[in-house]
Order: sequence, then structure tokens, then C-alpha cells
Amino acid sequence: MNERNNKLEVEEKPAMRKIDVSSVLRQASTPEDEMASCLEVENLNLFYSRTKQALIDISLTIPKQCVTAFIGPSGCGKSSLLRCFNRMNDLVDDCVIEGKIILDGLDIYEKSIDVADLRRRVGMVFQKPNPFPKSIYENVAYGLRIQGINSKRVLDEVVERSLRSAALWDEVKDRLHDSALGMSGGQQQRLVIARTIAVEPEVLLLDEPASALDPISTLKIEELINDLKEDYTIVIVTHNMQQAARVSDFTAFMYMGNMVEFNTTDTIFTNPAEKQTEDYITGRYG
Amino acid sequence: MNLNLKKWYSTGTPWIWLTAGAVAISIVMVLGLLVLLTVRGMNHFWPKDVMQAHYAPPNAQQEITITQVIGEFVESENIIAQQIISSGIPVDESQPEYRRELLKLGNRDLTGADFSWVLTDFISDVEYPANLVVLERREWGNFYGYLQSVSEAGTVVAEVNIDEVQDDSAWDEFTARLERALALHDEIYKIENQDIGEINYRVERLRLQQRRLELDGRATADALADIAAQRQDLETEYEVLQVSLIDLYEQVNRDTATFIAANAQEKVIELADVVRAYRPNQMGLGAKLLGYGAKLGEFLTDEPREANTEGGIFPAIFGTVMMVMLMSVFVTPFGVIAAVYLREYARQGFVTRAIRIAVNNLAGVPSIVYGVFGLGFFIYILGGQIDQLFYPEALPAPTFGTPGLLWASITLALLTVPVVIVATEEGLARIPRSVREGSLALGATKFETLWRVVLPMASPAMMTGLILAVARAAGEVAPLMLVGVVKLAPSLPVDGNYPYLHLEQKFMHLGFHIYDVGFQSPNIEAARPLVFATALLLVIVIALLNLSAVALRNHLREKYKSLDV
Repeated sequence: MNERNNKLEVEEKPAMRKIDVSSVLRQASTPEDEMASCLEVENLNLFYSRTKQALIDISLTIPKQCVTAFIGPSGCGKSSLLRCFNRMNDLVDDCVIEGKIILDGLDIYEKSIDVADLRRRVGMVFQKPNPFPKSIYENVAYGLRIQGINSKRVLDEVVERSLRSAALWDEVKDRLHDSALGMSGGQQQRLVIARTIAVEPEVLLLDEPASALDPISTLKIEELINDLKEDYTIVIVTHNMQQAARVSDFTAFMYMGNMVEFNTTDTIFTNPAEKQTEDYITGRYG
Repeated sequence: MNLNLKKWYSTGTPWIWLTAGAVAISIVMVLGLLVLLTVRGMNHFWPKDVMQAHYAPPNAQQEITITQVIGEFVESENIIAQQIISSGIPVDESQPEYRRELLKLGNRDLTGADFSWVLTDFISDVEYPANLVVLERREWGNFYGYLQSVSEAGTVVAEVNIDEVQDDSAWDEFTARLERALALHDEIYKIENQDIGEINYRVERLRLQQRRLELDGRATADALADIAAQRQDLETEYEVLQVSLIDLYEQVNRDTATFIAANAQEKVIELADVVRAYRPNQMGLGAKLLGYGAKLGEFLTDEPREANTEGGIFPAIFGTVMMVMLMSVFVTPFGVIAAVYLREYARQGFVTRAIRIAVNNLAGVPSIVYGVFGLGFFIYILGGQIDQLFYPEALPAPTFGTPGLLWASITLALLTVPVVIVATEEGLARIPRSVREGSLALGATKFETLWRVVLPMASPAMMTGLILAVARAAGEVAPLMLVGVVKLAPSLPVDGNYPYLHLEQKFMHLGFHIYDVGFQSPNIEAARPLVFATALLLVIVIALLNLSAVALRNHLREKYKSLDV
């Protein structure tokens, strides 16, 4: 990875728009608390190939135990940015990333970082529910079994706690050993969330978690996000601006690989600093 | 009109007819084959009525010679007069065609040939006498004739009264004594094949043990004495068995029966030579069904006799199934592992594409080439090395350096591995990316994801590959002739002697059996029905092997039902 970075560093970087992270944070902070930051992104560039740059010099700070939403038109790079946080982009051939993402003082793109361990700390829920073809119980226990935890007592406890946190326990407690594929889409998505929080990550990445669901399931997922932010730092990508307004504390608007504006959700939706943001929010394009 | 045709064409109706026609033709061909095999093969075991008739064909001297024929009707056909004349029978040429019948006359020891064509026009006085006896013998094929007397050690103990038709006392005496002879024969068989076989096996192992000690330079007097003592024990055991064998042979050879064959030929037959005796002309449907079942059972469970033209084919069934199973054991892990590397780990590019093409082409290499390769590489090189390293005591007699079950299975595994690779690769490619990412996002490594999620989900595809591999391997004959199949194997590859599974042994195979019985047999007429029956059995065995794999696959499919992708 480093080698490739060096190669690309000599190339001229495209024009960039610098976002003053500290100022945003200062604006964002409510008078009484200094918000702790969780993830810090510094000058992040992402190339899918030599000619295709998906993220252009992104810098932002994601505050702890808040919900941060990424909005923007399709193809603007929201998902790419999200997938940088748990290095899912490593799976894409020829994908090159430069810059830093700092989690707890450590650059996650450092060579010494164990990617599997990082992904355990930064959990991710995908757009489409992707339960494993196993029982509900085994789906939730999967992450723990990977870590070598096989004690039935521990697993039982974690499965129940995770399913309760995902507001799914009452619906499935009598059929824990049925196949997860027999559940409805909304249940499957909550199961995937339960599966993710079973390994107790610090950060929860949600990639349009409700876009494949019906309105009632969406509502449930949104309520769940509200409950979960007590314990987790949540980053959510959404197409749905109302959803971003409903669930998030902070909102980042992205456009064409650039971070246009990042501020508290209230500010973004009521008094955006950038014309582009205003245009997008008022539905003039996107 | 033209417009109508065009319209009709555009509705797609001709396309439907064309596709449906192709399916129909396939089904008709498969069913036709199965029906042919079933009818021709399964007929063979039915205890047919035996006819007795007078046959008086014209001959060159214009004399009339009447011969008596006793036999089973096999088939009939039309033949042109010219052809009959040229074969030496001067029939009237004004009648262009004659009908002729193939009769199974049996009694090969008396007449030299057990099948004969007779011209229907010159047969007279056809009857089906109730007391005609069919004997199935261990040698010389069937015998047809009338029971005259039964003797014990040369003294007649029962005689048929010619005047009284309903007198069955001699027949009852005969069947009772036959049953005794069969029981004795079973005992002899057990001693000869199992007990003495085991002793021989142990003696051979002792010899090898001794040779091994000598080769290693550890042949101390103590060790040699120990081996000699063990050998002595075995020899004592052998002598005991030998004594009881001699006794049994005396007992079994005690009884004889005198029969009268066609044309009043008298024949003394030892009961020890008879496998089965029945009188088909007085058997009812139930009795015939029982006889049919018994003969079919013998076919399925017994060993072949008389150059494979009589008896059963159990060793061939066993060998086929055994070889296919061993092949599956070799081919599945190998193919799956190769596919996993190709699809999951190897960098996709020119090299992987080239390998993939090579693998696909490997499936098209003629199977005999694999046979030659198996013989040259596996048997001579690998087997030769194994012999030198692990079985030096048996040399120069090869252990693994000669065709055998192991090498046949491995050769066929090599032959079928492309199928498994291709099927598994396709299965792996179909696993949705989202499921892999789901696992990775939980902190699983690529290996854990593969092992816990991807491979189980791809298992139905692997089974599909295995099904195709089994179908191909079970029907393969040509390479096997080079790497391990024989016409007649002295023993099954699995027996009671340690290590129970003898991978180095040669074995029999249904496919090769068909070839051998059908085309290498001295007695083609007798063998032909067996070819059909064996072919039917081979089809059934392959179908059963496939169906069990399909059942397993469906079970896996249900279990790992893929997401809605």
C-alpha cells in the first residue's frame, strides 16, 4: 500500500476545498460540552484507478457517540468514504488510498494495523440485509465464534443482549434456531445490526441501512439508531434527507468526491453555508 | 398466405415445436435404451419352457434323418433360401424365404455347441414333456434331459419308472440329495476361499516379514525361529483344513444321477457339478417367479462362472462402486482446493485465464490418454518408488507398481477433476459479495470467511461437480483396462484380512465386464443376454450413485439456500 501511495504522490492533486474541522466542531459543540472526537480523517484521497478519483482531499472529524450522516447525490463518494473507515475498500482491486484516518490516535492505514481487528472495532451494516445462511442464533454468534469464543453461556448471553439491543428479541426468541433467511427484510436488517453489535464495536457504519426496506421497517431502524447512539458512534450514509434530518446530530454534504459542508444537522438543514448544499437540500438538483 | 406464415413464425410456435421435439427425441431415446436393456437382459432369468421336437432337414443325400432336439426357444428370424442352400441344406428354392429358430440345446459336453438354428418348416412333433429337467452346471453350461436314476457311490438308490408318468419319487430323491451337495459345496467354498485364503495370506506375510528382516540385516536366529514357529502353526492349521476338505470332497462326490439327453444319449452327472435343477414345463407362474427371483439374485450376488458367461457379477458391481467412491474421495478435495485457489486467492489475470482454459481442455482429452498416463506415471514411476521404499521385501513381485484399485481411482480422479474445478468455481462466483463483506465486516479474515460462510454456501455446486464426475467416471472403461481392471479378480478388494481394504488389488468392473462378456467370450450366444443385463445394471448403479449425490446436494441446497440475488 505504501509503495503505491508513493507512486501516486508525485501526481498533481486536483483542486480541493479545505474544511476547517476544528471550526466545525467548535460550531457544533453545544455550550456545555467539549465533544470528544472518534474518527479523524485527514486529507483523504481515494482512487479507484489512476484516472478515477472518488474522494478528493477529505478532512473531517466524527464526534463520539453521535450520529453523523453523509448525504449527497448518487456517486458523490459517501459510501466510498464510509468504507474507508473499516478498510472495506481493501477488497477492491487497484484501489489506492492516501491520507490518514485516525481511530483512537492510530492511523488505521498503518502497516501494523490488523485489519480483522479493525473491522471488529468498526462494524458495518450494508444496504441490503446480508444474513448468513445459518440460524438466527448462529448469525449473531458468528463474530464471537470468529474470535474463538465458543462457551455456550457467553454466547447465549451475548445473543440475547444483542438481539434485545436491536429490538428483535421479542420477535425471534422462540425461533432462534430457525434459518435467518426465513425472516422479513426489516427483521433481517435488524439481525445484521444485532450481529454487528454482538462483537461490541466502537463505531457502527450504516450504509443506507433502510433503503431496501418498507416504511415501517425503516421507522424501526431509525428508532434503533436513536437507541444505539447512547453506546456507539454511528456514521450513516443515506439518500433520504428526511432520514438524515430525523436521526443524525451532524450532517456532511458531499458532492463529486468533495466534502462540501459539514456541520450540525440543524445548521445544514436550516442555514447551510454553501450554496450547493442549499440547492441540494431544497431539491434543486441531486 | 405468406403473411400468415410469417405471423405464425413470429408467434414462436415453430420454436416451441422445435425445442419440444428435441426434448421428446431425447426422452424417447433414453427410454428406448432402457426398455431394450430391460427386456433383453431381464428375460434371460425367466425359466422358459423347454420343448422337445423332431427335426428333419433335407440333406444332400436326399435321405431323411430325424434327430431329436430338446431345448429352449431363444429367437426366430426370416432367412432367404439361397443362404440356407449355401450353408449346405438343399431346401426348395421356389420358396424364397424360410423361418428359422435359434434353440438353446445345452449339453455342450455331448454335442459341442449349445446353440443351434433350426428351420421351422422341418420341425415336427413339438411337445413340452412335464418331466424334462434343466440342470445348471458349474461347467459345460446347461443340461437338458430326463432323469433316469440316482446313485449313491455307484449303487442305484432311486429309479424313474418309465411307465408311470406321475412318479416323482426319483425326482424328490434327486432334489434332496442335490440340496445336500449344494450345502457341502458351500462349506468347501468357505474353506477354500476364506479359511485357506486367510492362511495363505498369513503365510505370505510371514514370508515378507522374513525377507524384510533379512534385507534390514535383523534376521537373528531368534526372529527366524519365531517366524518358523508361526509358519509351523499355520501349516498345522492348513493340514487340518486339508483333511476336512478331502472328507468334504468325498462326501460331495458321493452322489451321481443318470440322465437321458436328446437322441437317447445317456449321461452320468455328478451332483457336485449341479448348481440348480428344475422342471420348467410343470412349473406354475408362482414357481417360475420364484425361479426368476433366485436366478436374478444369483446374478446380483454371486461370482461369475465359465469365463463370465454364467453365474453372477457381484465382484464387478462391488468393484465399480468401490472405485467410484474412492475416486470421489480423491477428486472432491483436490478439485475444490484447486478451485478455491483459482477463484479466491489467485490474482485474476492472464495466467489464471490460461490455467482455466487448460483445465477446461483437460476435460476433453481422450480418456485412454489418461489411462496411458496413469500407467506410465502413477503405476510405473510412483508405484515403483513406493514398492522400493515400503515393500522391498516383496520385490521383484510388485505391490503398488502394478495396476490396481488405487491407481484406477486416482487416474479417474485426474480425469474428472476439471469437472469439479469448473463446477466449484462457478459456485464460488455465485456467492453474493454482500455475504462475504458481511463476514469480513465482523472481523473475520478471508480464510475464516471462506471456511465458515463461502464454502458451505458453495457446497451444492461442489456436489454438482461431483455428480458430473461420478457420471463420467462410472461409465469409463478404456483407461481402466490399463490401470487396474481385470476380467476375473480372484478376490474382492475388501475382505477380512488386515488391512481389510486392499488398494493394490486388481478389481472387476461392470463396464469392462460388458466388453469382456460381449466381445471376448467364446460362447457369444450364451453371453449376449448377460451383456444386456450387465449394461442395465451398470445404468442402474450409475443412476443410484448419482441419485444419492443429488439427494445430498438438495439437502445442502435447502440448508444453504442462497439469498435472493
